Amino acid sequence: MTDISLSGGRKLVYRHRLVVRITHWFNALAIVCLFMSGLQIFNAHPELYWGPKSTFDHPILSMSADTDDDNNDYGTTTIFGHDFDTTGVLGLSSNGNGQMVERGFPRWITLPSASPELAVGRRLHFFFAWMLTINGLIYMGSSLLNRHVQRDLVPTKQDLSAVGKDIVNHIRLRFPRGEESRKYGVLQKITYLAVVAVIVPLMILAGLTMSPRVDAGFPFLLTLFDGRQSARTVHFVIAFTILGFSMIHIAMVVLSGPINNLRSIVTGWSSIEEDKAP
Amino acid sequence: MTDVKKSTRRAFMGLASAGGLLTLTGCDKLISTPWFMNVIDSAEALSRSVQRAITGSRPVAREYAESDISENFRQNGTTNPQNASYQTMVANGFADWYLEVGGLVDKPLKLSLAALRQLPARTQITRHDCVEGWSDIAKWTGAKLSAVLDIAGVKPEARYVMFFCADPMGMNGNYYESIDIPGAYQPQTILAYEINDQTLPVAHGAPIRLRYETQLGYKQAKYIMRIELVDSYAKFGRGKGGFWEDQGYEWYAGI
Ligand code: HEM
Repeated sequence: MTDISLSGGRKLVYRHRLVVRITHWFNALAIVCLFMSGLQIFNAHPELYWGPKSTFDHPILSMSADTDDDNNDYGTTTIFGHDFDTTGVLGLSSNGNGQMVERGFPRWITLPSASPELAVGRRLHFFFAWMLTINGLIYMGSSLLNRHVQRDLVPTKQDLSAVGKDIVNHIRLRFPRGEESRKYGVLQKITYLAVVAVIVPLMILAGLTMSPRVDAGFPFLLTLFDGRQSARTVHFVIAFTILGFSMIHIAMVVLSGPINNLRSIVTGWSSIEEDKAP
Repeated sequence: MTDVKKSTRRAFMGLASAGGLLTLTGCDKLISTPWFMNVIDSAEALSRSVQRAITGSRPVAREYAESDISENFRQNGTTNPQNASYQTMVANGFADWYLEVGGLVDKPLKLSLAALRQLPARTQITRHDCVEGWSDIAKWTGAKLSAVLDIAGVKPEARYVMFFCADPMGMNGNYYESIDIPGAYQPQTILAYEINDQTLPVAHGAPIRLRYETQLGYKQAKYIMRIELVDSYAKFGRGKGGFWEDQGYEWYAGI
């Protein structure tokens, strides 16, 4: 699509294809619902282990509630044997009627918010897991065919030599405004590529490894993740990795011009500065 | 920071948290509307048919080594059925227990524990995956369900094998479960009478429990009294095919 000149030395450039825009928003919806229903499922047994089976006496991570000598309830999160007081958030939190109850993650971050709601949590989770997977296949399939991945996401040699500069610019919150902003910066390329080609696929595989039926058909998954309980732990850790990515991603969108960024990922068109003739 | 920036930030945070709360309560509302959950539940059929297509109709779960066996296999669900006739059977070592096999079969059966132990058996060290998320490993020995079904002769119109159990579940009647015919004929589907080389204790479902590897824990019915072959499970319990299914869990428990 050709650029459209605007007044004031600016122009509109076509930045995102329709498939990318549509799959981006289905993906965002699926990720939010998966994260929140996933924490609901986690709450059914808020403990993580490594290996094929649960070593109940030695969880890697656990959340629980207890009562102290003064009869006060408190919530504890134990990570690698170290206890942290997480009263009000993890282990012990409000049930929504002002009463404190034992639950892993609090109601404002689980779906449904009430707990225990494992059955509904699972049904939601698997629905959105299918949405994420089908949507992801459409995105990946089309983006490999139309070479979006190869052209716009895989960093070039030239890109890679500018990583240092790009890091400094990010720290200074200096973002390109002119011709340079037509394309993703190198940090953006590396991050997006890692998310779509490594992190999300690993997430899906770790999730499938928790399915006893899939394990029977593809036992190498159990070997890949070192067992079903480790797959559950990896799945949990990746969930928070994706949360971390999403928060930085949204922060960057806001810091580098939220209106223009949102217009471009909704309509496809982005406004950039005309480079001044040398 | 300038005041303008501060107030924009405040407005932004306010909007974000209001939005968060709205979506939260909105989602809880949506979840309680039937049409929405019908859409959500379309995923179950998809999981079932795709998993079946990619793993074949006779999948075999991984079998583990003796050294992998859990020290204390969790006693889960009912651990001692509060049922007078069951307790009488326990008291005399299940001498007058027999397994009834009926419904859509050519020849209804009554099998004593001794008769069941004569049938083709299988021993397997497998992983038990609870729907809550934990896993335990144990060694199971039992009669192949396929052997029992072959003796009884499954009628062509039969689609499910129902298991009726001795453990009362409050107002909901006794525990029950159902599996499909291909599942019943999977090589590792057995009626287990031993755990870790010991006679199955009451806590684990004496005298027999189902081991249907490739499916989650709630399918592994304990305290089995009667097996019935049916073309539909709709007329039992609340019609969803099992005690936990009636509480909202998926019938397909392969994931
Ligand atoms: C809900 C809040 C979100 C907002 C406002 C948002 C916004 C955006 C914007 C504006 C872009 C275009 C960036 C540019 O043109 O420089 C983008 C691209 C992208 N976003 Fe998001 N995003 C959100 C959530 C997510 C989530 C949850 C994920 C994944 C976990 C994600 C993954 C991506 C990826 C991979 C791209 C690059 C797509 C491509 O070009 O192929 N986003 N997002």
